[in-house]
Amino acid sequence: MAIPLQAPDIGIARRRSRPGERVIVGLLALCGLLSVLVTVGIVLVLAGEAARFFAKVPIVDFLTGTRWAPSGGRVDAGEFGVLPLINGSLMIAAGSLLVGLPLGLATAVYLSEYAPARVRGIVKPVLEILAGIPTVVVGFFALNFITPSLLRPVFGEGRVFIFNAAAGAIAVGLMILPVIASISEDAMRAVPNALREAAFGMGASRRVVALRVVMPAALSGITASVILGVSRAVGETMAVTIAAGNTPRLTTNFFESIQTLTAYIAQTVSGEAAAGSTRYQSLFAVGATLFVITLGMNLLSIRLVRRFRQAYQ
Amino acid sequence: MSQNPLTLNHDVNDATRSAGPTRRPEVPTSPDIAVVPDTDPVFQISDLSFFYGAFRAIRDVSMDVRGNQITAVIGPSGCGKSTFIRCLNRMNELIPGTRVAGRIDYHGQDLYADDVDPIEVRRRIGMVFQKPNPFPKSIYDNVAFGPKVNGLKPASMDDLVEESLRRAALWDEVKDKVKKSAFSLSGGQQQRLCIARCIAVKPEVILMDEPCSALDPLATNRIEELMIELKQDYTIVIVTHNMQQAARVSDRTAFFTAEVSDEGRERTGVLVELDRTEKIFTAPGDRRTEDYITGRFG
Ligand SMILES: Nc1ncnc2c1ncn2[C@@H]1O[C@H](COP(=O)(O)OP(=O)(O)OP(=O)(O)O)[C@@H](O)[C@H]1O
Ligand SMILES: [Mg+2]
Repeated sequence: MAIPLQAPDIGIARRRSRPGERVIVGLLALCGLLSVLVTVGIVLVLAGEAARFFAKVPIVDFLTGTRWAPSGGRVDAGEFGVLPLINGSLMIAAGSLLVGLPLGLATAVYLSEYAPARVRGIVKPVLEILAGIPTVVVGFFALNFITPSLLRPVFGEGRVFIFNAAAGAIAVGLMILPVIASISEDAMRAVPNALREAAFGMGASRRVVALRVVMPAALSGITASVILGVSRAVGETMAVTIAAGNTPRLTTNFFESIQTLTAYIAQTVSGEAAAGSTRYQSLFAVGATLFVITLGMNLLSIRLVRRFRQAYQ
Repeated sequence: MSQNPLTLNHDVNDATRSAGPTRRPEVPTSPDIAVVPDTDPVFQISDLSFFYGAFRAIRDVSMDVRGNQITAVIGPSGCGKSTFIRCLNRMNELIPGTRVAGRIDYHGQDLYADDVDPIEVRRRIGMVFQKPNPFPKSIYDNVAFGPKVNGLKPASMDDLVEESLRRAALWDEVKDKVKKSAFSLSGGQQQRLCIARCIAVKPEVILMDEPCSALDPLATNRIEELMIELKQDYTIVIVTHNMQQAARVSDRTAFFTAEVSDEGRERTGVLVELDRTEKIFTAPGDRRTEDYITGRFG
């Protein structure tokens, strides 16, 4: 019998060049590069315009000034102390967290640990609908319902301004509630059932299992949801503009009108600040401030999530 | 043995109960069962069935579990061993859509009576699972968790933790690092930690569902020694796939198998026989048991 001298061709040996693949990889890399370029571009523009602003208004005055009163009639005048705006943003963030965190967490715990499948099947879509309501509508709802029918009857007509931080905070709280609820619920449902069974097997009640086993084990996800909620609250523009007004004020009174960083930008952009004027450039300074705050929060979130993940694995 | 009513005012002999008079288990037992020192029954199970929705996972199981003994539950996969053992501490009812029928008496008291608190049941009747499942906490906090949430106020939590870890034969290995994460332990150590955690709430019974199946032979050996030690103070029920293990540690063995039920095509778990372990492994009373332990099981 003749034995073939050549190894059978099994199709491995030949190296083929695949030009199509290279093109695809190139395109993908380009897309990645694009997002980097856009980010760098935005940062550069922000920094450049902000630098021009800081040439006119010393950065120390900007960061420590307690009065924000741009223009005041004449084109290039006014006071640019950003603290009232930061204060406004923080009030909205804190107030909305006060509303959204307990409600969101309670919803998440209920859905993950208590609700029968049927109820969950109803509540989850409703939450998604809540998350999908346009922010303008939420703001309008706050202005026309929360303030006149809730805050004013409870706290007094005279004490509560038409535009007030509380209404804005409640509105934003309603917007971050589904964010916190849904991400936290995912985190809690991801906790292995074995941990629940371990606790039940020792005579733990549902409450103990939810609060002392599941929540701690899901802490990294819950933290992420909260920080995402805060970022959303700080970045939120429309609802706060409508409900909380546009009065920069360094106050702690939630019933007064305030102005947030974002609301100032929205207001000024839609106004008639002449390009090159201090007021126009202040947009970029405020934008940069907002950017730094949000960036800081994202970094914090990454660190916290990593820290808790290490501790709980 | 003291009778600990699970609730304060529970009438043990409540005649209005639906299950009717307690029937003695009709499990074939050999006449020489008395060779094993006969302790009081801790569980008296009669006609126990368990349903996952419409599916009946076990049918009409009747048997005793005696105190301060190790009772092994063996049988082919899917015959309802886990289902059975989880009925004993009312763990199954946490799964929605399930139902129990029949009756389990625990120290003469109906475990499933309306006024029995399932949380208290689970504290008294502890459980160790197939996969070690420590909490993502420190070794110390794992052991202290049960006493804390059950409102036990030991004179010294440190002492209770140490004692529990000692009883689980783990103390010497972890005494310098009790504040470290439980995940820093090996699988076998984690399983002993789970036993320590279970012991810490001072249960009367320990249920173990294949506690060694994730462990190597050495770690398995440690746990087996530990079980034999623990039966001085606890009643132990262990599910195992390992017949040597059943033979080594248990006093009595229950053999379950899955049977095609009369009603349909579904396979339902039944108890074939319960007897002294030695008897089961040398002269089983039922053909199916013999086939299973000699590996002829099809
Ligand atoms: N949560 C559940 N929902 C529905 N059916 C279940 C559930 N758990 C178990 N079963 C079914 O009940 C039957 C018995 O399962 P069980 O886990 O008690 O068997 P087992 O003897 O412990 O098996 P193994 O030896 O593989 O662990 C199986 O048919 C299984 O599919
Ligand atoms: Mg099983």
